[in-house]
Amino acid sequence: MEFDPVLLARIQFAFTVSFHIIFPAFTIGLSAYVTVLLLLWLRTGDEKFHRLARFWTKIFAVSFAMGVVSGIVLSYQFGTNWSRFSEFSGNVIGPLIGYEVLTAFYLEATFLGIMLFGWNRVPPWLLTLASALVAIGTATSAFWILSANSWMQTPAGHEIRDGVAFPLDWLQIIFNPSFPLRLAHMLTAAYLTTAAVVLAVGARYLLAGNYTEDAKTMLRMAVGMIFVTAPLQLFIGDMHGLNTLEHQPMKVAAMEGNWNTETSGHFVLFGIPSQSEEKNHFEIAIPYAGSLVLTHSWDGKYPGLNEVPPEERPPVANVFFAFRIMVGIGLLLIATGLAGAYLWWRGRLFQTPWFLTYASYLWPVGFIAILAGWFVTEQGRQPWLVYGLLKTADGISSVPGASVLGTLILFVFVYGIVFATGVYYINRLIVKGPQGAGAAAPAGLPNRPISAAEEAAREATGKSPGDGPGKAVKNKTKGN
Amino acid sequence: MEWYLPVIWAGLIGTAVALYVLLDGFDLGIGILFPFTKKEADRDVMMNSVAPFWDGNETWLVLGGGGLWVAFPKAYAVIMPAMYLPIIGMLLALIFRGVSFEFRWVAKPNHRWWDIAFAGGSTVAAFLQGVILGALIQGINVVDGQYGGGAFDWLTPFSILTGLAVVAGYGLLGATWLIMRTKGPARALGQRMAPQLLLLMLAGMGIVSLWTPLSVDRIAERWFSLPNFYFLWPIPLVTALLAFFVWRWLQHPKSHDALPFMGTIGLFLLGYAGLVISTAPYLVPPHLTFWDTAAAPESQIFMLIGTLFLLPMVLGYTAFVYWTFRGKVAPGEGYH
Ligand code: HEM
Ligand code: HEM
Repeated sequence: MEFDPVLLARIQFAFTVSFHIIFPAFTIGLSAYVTVLLLLWLRTGDEKFHRLARFWTKIFAVSFAMGVVSGIVLSYQFGTNWSRFSEFSGNVIGPLIGYEVLTAFYLEATFLGIMLFGWNRVPPWLLTLASALVAIGTATSAFWILSANSWMQTPAGHEIRDGVAFPLDWLQIIFNPSFPLRLAHMLTAAYLTTAAVVLAVGARYLLAGNYTEDAKTMLRMAVGMIFVTAPLQLFIGDMHGLNTLEHQPMKVAAMEGNWNTETSGHFVLFGIPSQSEEKNHFEIAIPYAGSLVLTHSWDGKYPGLNEVPPEERPPVANVFFAFRIMVGIGLLLIATGLAGAYLWWRGRLFQTPWFLTYASYLWPVGFIAILAGWFVTEQGRQPWLVYGLLKTADGISSVPGASVLGTLILFVFVYGIVFATGVYYINRLIVKGPQGAGAAAPAGLPNRPISAAEEAAREATGKSPGDGPGKAVKNKTKGN
Repeated sequence: MEWYLPVIWAGLIGTAVALYVLLDGFDLGIGILFPFTKKEADRDVMMNSVAPFWDGNETWLVLGGGGLWVAFPKAYAVIMPAMYLPIIGMLLALIFRGVSFEFRWVAKPNHRWWDIAFAGGSTVAAFLQGVILGALIQGINVVDGQYGGGAFDWLTPFSILTGLAVVAGYGLLGATWLIMRTKGPARALGQRMAPQLLLLMLAGMGIVSLWTPLSVDRIAERWFSLPNFYFLWPIPLVTALLAFFVWRWLQHPKSHDALPFMGTIGLFLLGYAGLVISTAPYLVPPHLTFWDTAAAPESQIFMLIGTLFLLPMVLGYTAFVYWTFRGKVAPGEGYH
C-alpha cells in the first residue's frame, strides 16, 4: 500500500500543532494573570492574592512544561516534514524564529526557574519581576511566531529568485498585512480563554462552598476580563475578516460558504457545503446581510469560490463549520460577560445558582474557539502553504510515507497518554484548591512537609491558611 | 562578507550545540543515573538539583535547530529528513522526561511511572543524540540538494557506539554534577558511578578517534598529513592528561567538589574540538560545506545583529539564575 506523504505530513503537523496551541493559549494568559495577582499582593499586602498566585502558578507550571515539550517538536518538524518549505522560506522566516528563540524562549524558560522555585529564595519583588518577564516572554513568543505564520498567509517584503524567497525589507516582512490583526486576535484569545478557565474554577468552588473568599476574587476578575475582552474580540475579528477578504478572498468565500459571486450578498447562517456539487445543502441565508458584514454596504459583492478552478479551493466545509464554531463561542462569551456584569451590578454574582452552574462548564470553550479559529486560518490557506507562492504539496520532505505514518501513530499514542495525564493532574490541582497562607512549596517542588510549612506560615503571618487541606479532601469526591 | 559570514554562523551554532551538550548533558545525566538508586528521597534531591534549570538548558537545543534553519537552510533541509526517525524519537523521549519534572511531584505518592518516564526519556534522548552525531560523522547521501538515502541510513554499528558513548558521557556529567551540588546519598551515588562512567566515556572517545580516520580518508588526511599533525597532536595528549586528573580527583574525596565536573566539561570540549577538526568545513559531510548551504547574506546579517546584543543578555541572566540557586541541595531540603 502506498501512503500519501503529503496528506500524512499535513495530518501530523495539524495534530502536533493543535496539541501545542492549547498550552500556549493557557500559559500566555495565566502568566499574565499570576503577575497581576502578585502585583496586587505587593500593593495591598493582602494574603489572598499571594495564595491565589501560588495556586495558579502550580497549574501554570504543569501546562508550561507541556507547552515547551510540544513546541520543541514543532520547531524540528519544519525540517523533518517540510524541508522544501524550510528551504524556500528559510531566508525570510528563519530569522523570525531565530529572534523568537533569543528574545522569548530564553526569557521565559530561564525566569521560569525563579518563578516556580524562588518563593522562599528571592524577595517578593524579584518573584513578581520574574513572573512578569515570563509573561512578557510568552507574549513575545506569540509576536514572532505569528509574524512567521502571517507571512505564510500574506507574504510581503520579499522577492523570489531561483525558487527561493529572499528578503528585501524586514519591516514589511515582520509587519506583513495580516500580522497586526492576527497578533491582536490571538493574544486576546489567550487572555479570554484563561479568563473563562478562571471563571469556571471560581464558580466550581462557590458551588461546592469551598475557598469562598478566593473564589469570589477569581469570579470578579474573570467576569471583568470577559466583559471587556469578548466584545473586543468580536471587533478585532471583524477587522481581521475584512483584511482577509482583501488578501485571501477564497478563504473568506469558504468561511461564508459562498460559491457564486452573484449571490454573495446573502449571509449564509447555516448549510452543508458540498465541495463536488459546488453548493450548500439545507441553506438558510439572510439576503443582503453578507454584503453588510463584509463590505459594510447594502449590496456590495465579493468573490465566490467559483472564481478559481476547483483544485485551488480550500476544503470548504471544514472552514465553514470551524468559522461558525468560533464565532458562536465568541457570541456566547459576550453574553456571559454581559450576564456576569449585570449580576455583579445587582450584587447577585455569587448567589445566582444557574449562572454559577453554567459558568462552571465554561472552561473548555476558549480552547475550542482557538482551535476552530486556527483551522479556519490554516485550512482556508489551502492549497497554498505560502499563499500564492508555494503549494502545500511542494513543501514536503523526501521522507517515505511509511516513516511519516509510523511517527504519526507514535505521536498520537504519546500525546494521548502524556497530555491526558497532564490535564488530569491539572484537574487534581484544582480539586486540591488554593493552599495555606502561601508557604507550601509549589508544584514540582521538593519534599514538601506541607503541614509543617503551613504551620510556619501561620506563625509568621498570624493568619489562618484559609480553607485548609481538610476541605480539599471532601471536595475530591466531587470530581469533574 | 560572502566568505566570513557563514564561518561566523558556523561558530555560533557550534557554540550553541556545545552549550546544549554541556548543560542539558548534566540534567539528562541525572535521569540516566535515576535507576541506580531506589530511594525516593535521593531521587527527589537529584531531580531538585536540576529542576530550576532544565528548561533553560533545553532552549539551547531549540537555538541549535532553529539557528541551523536561520543560517544554513539547505543543511537543515537535508539533515532533518535524513535523521527523521532518530530526531522524532529524541523529541518524544524529551517529552517524557520534560513533563516528568512537573508530573512526578503532582502524582505523588503514585509517581513510579514518572520515575520510569524520567529515566527512560533521558536515556533514550541521550542515546539518540549520540546516534545522530555518529550518523552525521559518517556522512549523508545527498542527491540534487535533497536527502537521497533511506529511512534507516543512520542506523550503523558506529552510530550505536556513539550513542552509547554519549549516554556514558552525559551520565558522567550528571554524576559529577551530583558531587558538586548535593550532599549525602545523592553525592555518594555520584562518587560511586563517576569512575565507571569516565572509563566508558574514554573508551568511546578512543574508539571513535581510531575508527573515523581508519574508515574515512578525509578525516585521516586531516589529522595525519603534515603540517597538520604538528599542530594537532597536543589534543589527544591534553585529553589523556585531563582524563588522568579527573580520575585522580574522583579517587580523592578531599579534592574540591567542583573539580570533577569542570574536568568533565574540559573532556567534552576537547572531544568536541576533535570532531570539529575532523568535519569542518562540512555541515553535511561529505557533500555540503558552510558556504554551500548558507542563507542569504541579508538574512545572516539581520540575525547576527540581534544575536550580538541578545546572546550576551541571555548568558547574563542565565548566569544570574544559576547564581540564585547556588549552593548544595541537601537531602530533605528543597528550594523552599
Ligand atoms: C498554533 C496554532 C496553529 C494551529 C492550531 C495550526 C493548525 C494547522 C492545521 C490544521 C494545519 C493543516 C492544514 C491542512 O493541511 O489542511 C496546519 C498546517 C501547517 N501550519 Fe499551522 N497552525 C497553527 C500555527 C502555525 C504557525 C504559527 C505556523 C508557522 C509559523 C504554522 C505552519 C504550518 C505549516 C508549515 C503547515 C503545513 C503545511 C500545510 O498543511 O499547509 N502553523 N496548521
Ligand atoms: C466573536 C467573533 C469572532 C470573529 C468575527 C472572528 C473572526 C476571525 C477570522 C475572520 C479569522 C480568520 C482570519 C484569517 O485567517 O485571515 C479568525 C481566526 C482566529 N480566531 Fe477568531 N473571531 C471571533 C472570535 C474568536 C474567539 C472568541 C476566539 C478565541 C477565544 C478566536 C480565536 C481565533 C484564532 C486563534 C484564530 C486563528 C489565528 C488568526 O488568524 O488570528 N476568535 N477569527
